[in-house]
Amino acid sequence: MNSYLLRRLWQSVLVLFGVSVVVFGILHLTGDPAALLLPPDATAEDIARFRTAMGFDDPWVVQYLRFLKGALRGDFGESLRHGEPAMALVLERLPATFQLAGAALLLALCLAIPAGIISAVRRNTAADYVSTVGALLGQAMPTFWLGIMLILVFSVRLNWLPSSGRGGLEHLILPAVTLGLFTTARITRLTRSGMLEVLGQDYIRTARAKGLSEQPLVWKHALKNASIPIVTIVGIELGTLLGGSVITETIFAWPGVGRLSVQAIFNRDYPVVQAAVFLLASTFVIVNFLVDLVYTYLDPRIRLR
Amino acid sequence: MTPPSIASEAIAVAPARAAGEREWVMLLRRLIRRRTALFGLAVVAVAVLTAVLAPLVSPFDPLEQDIGQRLREPGWADGQGRVHPLGTDHLGRDILARIIFGSRVALVVGLAAVSISGVLGLAIGLAAGYFGGRVDDFLMRVADVQLAFPFILLAIAVIGVLGPSLENIIIVIGVSSWVVYARVVRGEVLSIREREFVQAAIALGSRNWRIIVRHVLPNTFTPWLVVATLDMARVIVIESALSFLGLGVQPPTPTWGGMLADGRVYLSTAWWLATFPGLAILFTVLGINLFGDGLRDTLDPRLKL
Repeated sequence: MNSYLLRRLWQSVLVLFGVSVVVFGILHLTGDPAALLLPPDATAEDIARFRTAMGFDDPWVVQYLRFLKGALRGDFGESLRHGEPAMALVLERLPATFQLAGAALLLALCLAIPAGIISAVRRNTAADYVSTVGALLGQAMPTFWLGIMLILVFSVRLNWLPSSGRGGLEHLILPAVTLGLFTTARITRLTRSGMLEVLGQDYIRTARAKGLSEQPLVWKHALKNASIPIVTIVGIELGTLLGGSVITETIFAWPGVGRLSVQAIFNRDYPVVQAAVFLLASTFVIVNFLVDLVYTYLDPRIRLR
Repeated sequence: MTPPSIASEAIAVAPARAAGEREWVMLLRRLIRRRTALFGLAVVAVAVLTAVLAPLVSPFDPLEQDIGQRLREPGWADGQGRVHPLGTDHLGRDILARIIFGSRVALVVGLAAVSISGVLGLAIGLAAGYFGGRVDDFLMRVADVQLAFPFILLAIAVIGVLGPSLENIIIVIGVSSWVVYARVVRGEVLSIREREFVQAAIALGSRNWRIIVRHVLPNTFTPWLVVATLDMARVIVIESALSFLGLGVQPPTPTWGGMLADGRVYLSTAWWLATFPGLAILFTVLGINLFGDGLRDTLDPRLKL
């Protein structure tokens, strides 16, 4: 553990603290959490009694500290709809979301890195144009529309793949493609520009001059340096994937955290919303810290800072 | 006002302004020479004109229902010989008319949200980059907190609490999209700060706000503009995602995302309901992205976005 990583660890803790403030704030946006948590037909006396019982009359700092104390133990209160602890409900759905996001990321990396490399190595050929245009379209295509079109073609018309639910591999294909396309497009463009930059550098020319053949040159020497921005974006794309899962899961009735959150928002089940937002944001912070660990391995210059 | 600061301003600003006008003409010429950017500009122009002139170009009233003519396929002519080029929806409303009017919500939310986040991000980026130190540390941690949240999830949680309306959507998207502006502007300011004309102004005793407004701010404009253009595309997708989930501008106002949500129900019988609004989003976003890419390549090729 060196000073750079220690500093990053401290920063991550600060960010998690900030995340907790925002999650706490969601419920207090309108100034009256009691009215939000109770059904719309609750009387004024009910609301007043509930407010006192829940301690919503206390100063904000006191309320926040109480919230933080609970949050640190994973206690976000009970789901208003299911009567179970909110965090337990969210954790139960977490594996499904991780499976979907993981499959989407894997798909994106498997498609995007080769596509980006080929695009860069064979610049201005047909292969480059196909991958560049594909990436442009992929970045412009809204997730929910892509999902619906895939259902239209592969479920409704061809009847090849199921359009909803979680089960075997065949259930995973359409949601993973839907969720992963934007990330695929992003990483393809990044790999292409990163490779083009690296391939133009002196050490590559030196390696070529020494007679190194093209294959190891591209895949070993160039890719290692070009992979630094890719590793960074993988961490950031995780946020896109977790956010995108909200929509993808809704379209494909995938039983994950995203769908649970949307349902919870419509049911005004705010403890569940808070637990889900907190858990996904924390996941993002922790994964990005881990990405930084990988980063220092790939780029020793960072360790010196 | 002290005489030295007037002198410094005359030295730094006068030549820049004269060069500025010629630069704009050059820029426009170079942009037009790039075919993809020109295509993007054309698409954006069509979208803006459509939104502004919606009542003139629309063949039908977007809200006019005709249950007798529901779910008619594209090209259908009704009893009076009026043709529905893209068909009708489940309430017999003309799809083309709804797409045309839907562009208004998309562009209004896009422009308004980008203005809010652009100004917010500019101010934060200027402060972080110019003052550095603790101010910078604090603002960049706040940026990390903002980025930790899956965007859509945070947006729907907040809109779920505040209630969906045009204003709330604009405010929520605008207030939570500032990070990319702040980071890019901060990066620019860090390098501008070290340039001679700023150092000279500091040495001559200009006040901080004056240096920022007169010397630093104008030089952050081009990267800011590129970010704003590309961000507009993202905001349009987010707006339609919110409408798709039912948390956007509420019916009967036509929105692209809302039309998609309606169409999803009739996917097996009427493919055109969900297909065309999606294409509208795809083309608009693609056009803005291509224009933004062209703008970046012309103005500031080093900018990595």
